[in-house]
Amino acid sequence: MKRNSIAFWGAMALFLLAVLLMTQVVGNEYPFFAGYVILQFIVLSVAWSILGGYAGYVNFGTSAFFGVGVYTAVFLVKATGAPLGVQIATAAAVGALLGLAVGLLTLRMQGIFFSIATIALSIVIETSVTNWRYVGGAAGIQIQRPQVMELFHSYVQMLFFVQALLVVLAIATARYIQRSWIGRGLRALRDDELAAECTGVPTLRLKLLACVVSGALMCAAGAPAAMYLQYADPSSAFNLNYSVTVLAMSLIGGTAHWIGPVLGAILLGVTQQLLAVTISSEINVLVLGVMLVLFVVAAPEGILGLVRRAVRYRAGGEA
Amino acid sequence: MTPPGDSEQALQPLLRIDAVTKRFGGFVALDNVSVDIRPGERLGLIGPNGSGKTTLINCISGALRAEAGSVVFLGEDITRLPPHIRTRRGIARSFQIPRPFKSMTVAENLMVALDFATVAGAFVPEAERRDTVMSVLTRTGLASKADISTTRLSQVELRKMELARAMATHPKLLISDEAMAGLSTSEVDEVLDLLLALAAQDITIIMIEHIMQAVMRFSQRVMCLDAGKIIAIGAPAEVMANRRVQEAYLGT
Repeated sequence: MKRNSIAFWGAMALFLLAVLLMTQVVGNEYPFFAGYVILQFIVLSVAWSILGGYAGYVNFGTSAFFGVGVYTAVFLVKATGAPLGVQIATAAAVGALLGLAVGLLTLRMQGIFFSIATIALSIVIETSVTNWRYVGGAAGIQIQRPQVMELFHSYVQMLFFVQALLVVLAIATARYIQRSWIGRGLRALRDDELAAECTGVPTLRLKLLACVVSGALMCAAGAPAAMYLQYADPSSAFNLNYSVTVLAMSLIGGTAHWIGPVLGAILLGVTQQLLAVTISSEINVLVLGVMLVLFVVAAPEGILGLVRRAVRYRAGGEA
Repeated sequence: MTPPGDSEQALQPLLRIDAVTKRFGGFVALDNVSVDIRPGERLGLIGPNGSGKTTLINCISGALRAEAGSVVFLGEDITRLPPHIRTRRGIARSFQIPRPFKSMTVAENLMVALDFATVAGAFVPEAERRDTVMSVLTRTGLASKADISTTRLSQVELRKMELARAMATHPKLLISDEAMAGLSTSEVDEVLDLLLALAAQDITIIMIEHIMQAVMRFSQRVMCLDAGKIIAIGAPAEVMANRRVQEAYLGT
C-alpha cells in the first residue's frame, strides 16, 4: 500500500517536472497548443468517471460544466480582472455548487432519465448565457491575455503547465476516492442501489458528493480555456461535443480504475490532434464514433478490461 | 439468553408495527397491520404469494414508506427514516432474489457493511477489519469463498452471502426474505441451521418462508398474512391448524 503511494506521487512529480522542463526547452508553440487540449480532456475524463464510472451515473452534461467554467473565468476577467488562479478556484467553487444543485434535482432519477436530465441542463445553461449581454451574448467575447509570469516564455506555455497541475489534482482526487470507503460505497450503489442502502450506504449523499467533486473539477478544467482561445462564445463553450468526447474517452479507457480515463483521453486526444493536422478536424467526430462502437462491441470494459483479460490469460497459461 | 414465550408482557417490544397501511395505486398491499416483535424472538412470516409479506418487510427496512401507521424500533419512530439509517440502528435484511454487489468479491461485499453500517469515524486497522469479515464468513460457512467474485457463487452460497453481509452490519433484527426458496432439502437445512445459530446469539429474526417444515422448526411464533391483513398469529401448530390459514393456502 505505502509503496504504491510513493510510486504514484513520484510519477506525478516526474510528470510535472517533465512538463516544466518542456516549457523551458521547447521553443515551438504548437506542441503546447495541442498538448493543452489533451491535458484538458484528461481532467474532464477523470472528473467524468468519478460520477459516471464509480457511481455509474452517465452524465451527458460535461459541456454544461465545462462551459460554466469558461464563463466564470470570462465574467471574472471582465468584472474584476482577477488573475488565472482566482479564475480557476472560483470556477471550481461554482462547479461544486452547480454539481450540488444538479445532484439534488436529478440524482433521484436513475439510468437513462438522469442522462437525459443532464443534456437538458446543458441546453438550459447555454441558452441563459447566450442571452446574457454582459459576457458577450451569442456573438461571444474577446479576451485580452495579461502579462505572462516570468518563468514562462509565453502564455500558452503557462496554461499548459497550469492544466498539467489540474491533471495531477484530478487524478489524485479520483485515486483517493477510488481507494477509500467513498469509492467502495459508490461501487456498491452502482452495483445495486437498494442493496447498498440496506447495507448502510447513504446512497444519495455519496452520489451528491461524487457530483460535486466531478462538477468542480470539470469547471476548473474549463476556466483556463477562455485565456487559451482569447475568445469565448456560448455555442463552442457549451458544445455537446465535449460531452460526447469525454464520455467516449472514459468508456474507451475503462472506468473501473482512474488510469482508464487517462489512457482513453491520451489515446483519443492524440488521435484527434493528429487527424486535425493531417486530414481535417471534421473527421474527428467520425473516428470518435467508430472507435466508440468498436469498443462497446469488442471491449465493453475498455482498454482496462483488455489489459486485465490479457493478464489473466497469461496467468492462466502459466499455471 | 432471553427466555422464549411467557414473560412477553414485561418486555418492551424490539419492533412495534402500528396500523401500517401501504397502497400501490388502488391496490391495498398492507391494510392496517399491527404487530409487536419481542427481543430475541424467532418469528415466521407466512402467507400466499401477493399477501404483503415482502411489502411489510420493505416497510420495516425502509425500502418502502408506509402511507399510514408507524414503525417503532427500540422506542424510536423510524417510519420516515431512509434505509441506511435503519440499518445503522440495527435492522438488516436479505433479499428474496439475491442482490450481491456484483463487481466485488465476497469479502468486499462484507467490507461495505463494515465501512458504512458500524460506528462512523472509528478508525479500525485493515487487518482487524479483515479478521471481522473472516469471522462472519467462517460462521456462515463461506470462509473458503472470501476472495471469489460473487458472480461465481452458487445459489445457496449467494443466499448465505446475503445473510453474512446482513450480519456484518451487526444487526439487532435480521429479516430473512425467503432465503431458502429453490434450494435442495440439504441446502434448506444448512441455511436453517445458520439462522438458528444466529438466533442463538441474541439476534431477533423474522423469517419469511414457504417451506413449512422450515417454518415449523424455526419459529417460536408464526404470523400469517393474507391480502394485506394478519389472519392468524400465535404458536406454530395453532396457526397451521387455523381454518382461515388453510383456506388462504389451499384456496378453498
